[in-house]
Amino acid sequence: MKFTLKVWRQTANPKDTGRFRTYEASDISPDTSFLEMLDIVNERLIERGDDPIAFDHDCREGICGTCGCVVNGFAHGHQEGTTLCQLHMRSFDDGQIIWIEPWRARAFPVITDLMVDRSAFDRIIQAGGFISIRTGSPPDGNAIPIPKDDADLAFEAAACIGCGACVASCPNASAMLFVSAKITQLGLVPQGQPERWDRVRTMVAAMEEAGFGACTNNGECEAACPKEIPMDLIARLNRDLACSLLKK
Amino acid sequence: MATAALKFYSTTIGKKMVMAVTGLLLALFLLGHALGNLQLLGGPQQLDGYAAKLHGLPALVWAVRLGLLLALGLHVLSAIGLWLRNRSSRPVRYQVQRFRETTYAARTMIWGGPIIALFLVYHLLHFTTGQVHGSFEKGHVYANVVAGFKVWWVSLVYIGANLTLAFHLYHGMWSWLQTLGMGHPKYNRWRPIFAAAFAGVVGGINIFLPLVVLLGIRR
Ligand code: SF4
Ligand code: FES
Repeated sequence: MKFTLKVWRQTANPKDTGRFRTYEASDISPDTSFLEMLDIVNERLIERGDDPIAFDHDCREGICGTCGCVVNGFAHGHQEGTTLCQLHMRSFDDGQIIWIEPWRARAFPVITDLMVDRSAFDRIIQAGGFISIRTGSPPDGNAIPIPKDDADLAFEAAACIGCGACVASCPNASAMLFVSAKITQLGLVPQGQPERWDRVRTMVAAMEEAGFGACTNNGECEAACPKEIPMDLIARLNRDLACSLLKK
Repeated sequence: MATAALKFYSTTIGKKMVMAVTGLLLALFLLGHALGNLQLLGGPQQLDGYAAKLHGLPALVWAVRLGLLLALGLHVLSAIGLWLRNRSSRPVRYQVQRFRETTYAARTMIWGGPIIALFLVYHLLHFTTGQVHGSFEKGHVYANVVAGFKVWWVSLVYIGANLTLAFHLYHGMWSWLQTLGMGHPKYNRWRPIFAAAFAGVVGGINIFLPLVVLLGIRR
């Protein structure tokens, strides 16, 4: 297959405001993944003596949350419930023009090309994404009874891989879906109860501090999320925050 | 307590909750207002009698007016705060951005606001105080309304503004549930249906009344 790529290029120099560059990607097998296609383009760029396109990736199996670009206007590309590394070129049309841009948000500054700095997410996690445990010998498995529905929903929320597509796709660059997934995962199970009300306050404060936008209930986040985290969880986050104010 | 409230309000979620509560109050008033105005169909005695009855309770009228003013003020203030923040949250825009789920109503909330505010000023000067009404007579509500809507462009302004209002209400009436944390997979699918019904009733009545006059059904 053959594609025309319009790729965002920006050097690490803070004065560089970036621009789109056009590259022809020819002889691409339909079975290559999107990132493999970029690898092939990069090898050809290196052969030519050009700088390869910088992009984030790690596991390439849709579980680590490192990859992600906006492809033709969709975070992680057009295929629902799929990370960019799991998107294959067969789902594009031969000869198609493909626009490739980094996540755009004030809280996610571009490092180079398609790589953005997502440490704002790390700061949110540091602010409250933990539980207190008794260290020492391992506890018995299933020693703490958890209602099945709660366990299921916590598990669904725990599928969040922290990729940032929710922020990237939100018209307001809001991080509410990410934060709501963490609040749900930790706040629904007994192990997360001791910090529950402090956690929601501190994580929301860290989110605000980082400069993410405010949610306007558009629902773009849940449509873009590769793990299909539902925006119901945002209602839960709002509810927990309101309750936390009454607690202390 | 006061500092805690201010701190809460300084967060985006706090502002949104204020928007949700005030928006709900305003929406409930709009529903009552629209249902009350349906009495236009009952003729001059019915409508003027209803207005006279309301004005016979000045304490209630002023309590509602002040309450609405306060709600509206907080609603607008929070909207401006959130809008400013959201404007700066993505300094570099996308070259290509495609939407999958967001509705036209959701994306135009911020434009609906000022349009509705302008219309509100016009509406008050038109039917409440009468400055922009050609033949306003205090207390003769029916005659004022019919004379007002007979002017085709006035009716058009009302119809246009109420279409905008209906969109605003549609997004607002399910959004407040989400913002105040009222969501459950079991009944979430009813939220947009409820919102559409609410927006349909309020917008529908407000568009129906000028049409009734324009078409000569009430004269
Ligand atoms: S909620 Fe979804 S889109 Fe957002 S960071 Fe988690 S996995 Fe990515
Ligand atoms: S590289 Fe790990 S999720 Fe895509």
